[in-house]
Amino acid sequence: MMLAAVIAAAVLVAVAAMLALVRVERGPSMLDRAVALDTLTVTLVCAIAIEAVWSRRTETIPILVALSMVGFVGSVTMARFAAKEPEGEGRVRTPEEVAAQARAADVPRGEQRDGARAIDAEDDAESTGGAPR
Amino acid sequence: MTHVDPGLWTTIADTVAAVCLLAGAFLTLAAGLGLVRFPSLLARMHTVTKPQVLGLILLLTALALRVRSWSAVAMLVLVVAFQLVTSPVAAHMVGRAGFRTGKVDPEDLRPNEFGEPD
Repeated sequence: MMLAAVIAAAVLVAVAAMLALVRVERGPSMLDRAVALDTLTVTLVCAIAIEAVWSRRTETIPILVALSMVGFVGSVTMARFAAKEPEGEGRVRTPEEVAAQARAADVPRGEQRDGARAIDAEDDAESTGGAPR
Repeated sequence: MTHVDPGLWTTIADTVAAVCLLAGAFLTLAAGLGLVRFPSLLARMHTVTKPQVLGLILLLTALALRVRSWSAVAMLVLVVAFQLVTSPVAAHMVGRAGFRTGKVDPEDLRPNEFGEPD
């Protein structure tokens, strides 16, 4: 009886974790992902608890305490630094879109990276130099 | 009163643990389903902060009934207390950040105590 209950619970929690992952992929905003990742952490806690129910181990219980803190700190940090995102920006791009964008930029990968670095250096110079506004 | 077999209490505890386990896993699944199916950020936060916490409490009750040691129960109570304290804080932070960055429809808030978003 215990085995059947543990297997059923494990399946339910695994499905919940998959659904949370679907929401992480879809977004559409950073905050939706923060909420979904919080759920994912709690499903992880649930999975470890189910394993402990089956094996009657107690040494995994400190992991539960630590994980429940990780979920909280993660979502609060992401909420703290949430910014306005441009329309259509908050989603995972497909490989085709990435390739199309690279073609549109019309520069080889290596030069593109160098260009990005140059821009970064410029930004750094501005922020440290304290350019007058 | 007749003698009660100590094995009976073990069976009872295991049965209650199995029921709590299934109920908790079902509530966690409900949280996951709501996360995918609900249309807006606030609705998704609702699914996460309510059934998920109760589901976790039920699962940890099942674990406590199964392990039956006081030191383990103390840790589990700590986990539950931490979830109960932190999940409203996290939900508040996420909801406020969502409002400030324009991801919440002001029409959804009645009364709207934040004022107009900028």
